[in-house]
Amino acid sequence: MKYAFYPGCVSRGACPELYSATIEVCRILEIELDEEALKGASCTGAGVLQEKNLRLGDTLNARTFAMAEKSGNPLMTICSTCQGVMSQANERLLADPEYLASINEDLQEEGLEYKGTADPKHLLWIIAEDLGIDFLESKLVNKLEGLKLAPFYGCYIVRPTKALGFAENPGRKQALEMVIESVGAEVVDFPGKTLCCGFPILTINPENSVNMVANHTIDAKDRGADAMVTPCPLCHLNLDGYQPNAASARKREIDLPIIHLPQLLGLALGISPEKMRLNKHIVSTKKLLSELVISP
Amino acid sequence: MEVKFNVRRYDPESTDAVSHFQEYQMDMDDSSTVLDGLIRIREEVDGTLSLRCSCRSAICGSCAVRVNGEAGLACNTKIIDVLSEDGNTITVEPAGNLPVIKDLVVDFQPFWEKIRAVEPWLQPEGEVPETEYLAPDEDMLHLAGVVSCILCGACVSDCTVMEVDSNFLGPAALAKSYRFVGDPRDGSAQQRFKTLNEYGGVWDCTRCMKCVEVCPKGVAPMDRIMVLREQVMEAGYTNTNGARHANEFINSVKHSGWLDEKKLVIKSFGIFNIKAMIGLIPLAIRSQRAGKVPPIFHKNIPGVENVRRIFEKVETKK
Repeated sequence: MKYAFYPGCVSRGACPELYSATIEVCRILEIELDEEALKGASCTGAGVLQEKNLRLGDTLNARTFAMAEKSGNPLMTICSTCQGVMSQANERLLADPEYLASINEDLQEEGLEYKGTADPKHLLWIIAEDLGIDFLESKLVNKLEGLKLAPFYGCYIVRPTKALGFAENPGRKQALEMVIESVGAEVVDFPGKTLCCGFPILTINPENSVNMVANHTIDAKDRGADAMVTPCPLCHLNLDGYQPNAASARKREIDLPIIHLPQLLGLALGISPEKMRLNKHIVSTKKLLSELVISP
Repeated sequence: MEVKFNVRRYDPESTDAVSHFQEYQMDMDDSSTVLDGLIRIREEVDGTLSLRCSCRSAICGSCAVRVNGEAGLACNTKIIDVLSEDGNTITVEPAGNLPVIKDLVVDFQPFWEKIRAVEPWLQPEGEVPETEYLAPDEDMLHLAGVVSCILCGACVSDCTVMEVDSNFLGPAALAKSYRFVGDPRDGSAQQRFKTLNEYGGVWDCTRCMKCVEVCPKGVAPMDRIMVLREQVMEAGYTNTNGARHANEFINSVKHSGWLDEKKLVIKSFGIFNIKAMIGLIPLAIRSQRAGKVPPIFHKNIPGVENVRRIFEKVETKK
């Protein structure tokens, strides 16, 4: 299966480990990535640009969708925020043919036209829906038995459910838990898994943001989680990068590694932790990796 | 069908006033709502269960509770839609972010305080007209969604910011504020914007969409907050981290096609905000050590001129 790869800003910026882990994992899972098709695609706007000018956001995303269409391959994302913003844009563009036509007028000069067939899909959904859990399990070389993992989705891959197609694809609600279980690990369920990580207000209200980090990481830790796994690099940045602040705000140790979804898959697929830069996290993964009993 | 209601109970007057779950096994019709179940429990099984309800038609807004962890009206939530896959269980808890008085009844005092804080009444300016204040239909249309609010508190219950900060005005009050800012008869928008721009106002929302998802009336409070942000900035309130963040984000996409994360953080706090800049140092060191830093030189995406052209073309359209 081949996809037009949309890496998003963060995997090319502050989370290079996400990019490398994705490439390695997709190679083994026979997901062929076209890294060229969307080289010239812009940021989705992340909802921030949409606040200011929704039409501008929709035009930029229609441009990306048109580029993916041109490549002949479906579009793959690796960020909950990119996924959500694209799904919402696509919903608006497809709901109103006149709107789409007027947006296309602004793409004309570049020789692009969005015909409405792009179906942006997060790697998480691709694994659950296009590849299938059976296929994933057939590729596993390690079962991560004994590992207790708390899922953390990121708002934009769970809300709004309508734009994200939850009614048509009910499995999306539990996709992360399904992947965690299929690699042999145990799910540590907790109410915060679909709530906000605090990233969007990181520079606006740092105190609230850090409190959110503290609530989620401490809750997961106290329920026995060894690590947290997320399909969203923005959640990772806050939950990992600001965990030391959360620990000092609550005057306790937290020490909960925040693993990107592809890094988790990679561990089960036999990819070395160094290749996936698991040694490049703020909250060290050293203890986790040393305790990990990998059983073939 | 057999339904197991798992209801969170709390009685402050009992000798061991500890919140706990109590199970009720009930035989319910397929067409029943969660409220039907709760009323039957109270009337037929356990008269000590306290709950609030009135119209049973999603109009009065009394019966907001959390069903399976998510806020909604018990009266318009059908049991069949919320049954767990294993064992026909439904978990019912009081609305969140408000103090529990008893069982499923919460104290709405803090809710009303926030609503009052946005001065939810028309404040016209100028001379009093001889007849009534007139508002053209077309100017009121955009308020149709927001005036549907029945003040049930579902959005407040599940607001992820109110969970960590009781100072936040919250989705219900901010949506209410939008209703008056957007009313052509109101003359106090400038004063309202000033309040909305302060700590606890529009900038503290995380855009998590919880309020949009749980609102039973389609008010979409978060969408209203986003419009208010834009209006606050247009009114000249741009000296906040929130406004700087929004402007720098857009600027970055406009000029390079993607996000310059380093610049965004610095510009949001304000480069001359010495305290914030010093506060960033530990994070910068941690990130540098872990190799988690964006490239030193932020390169433009290939064909960035196409993105810039779109900005120029569309920036004036909305």
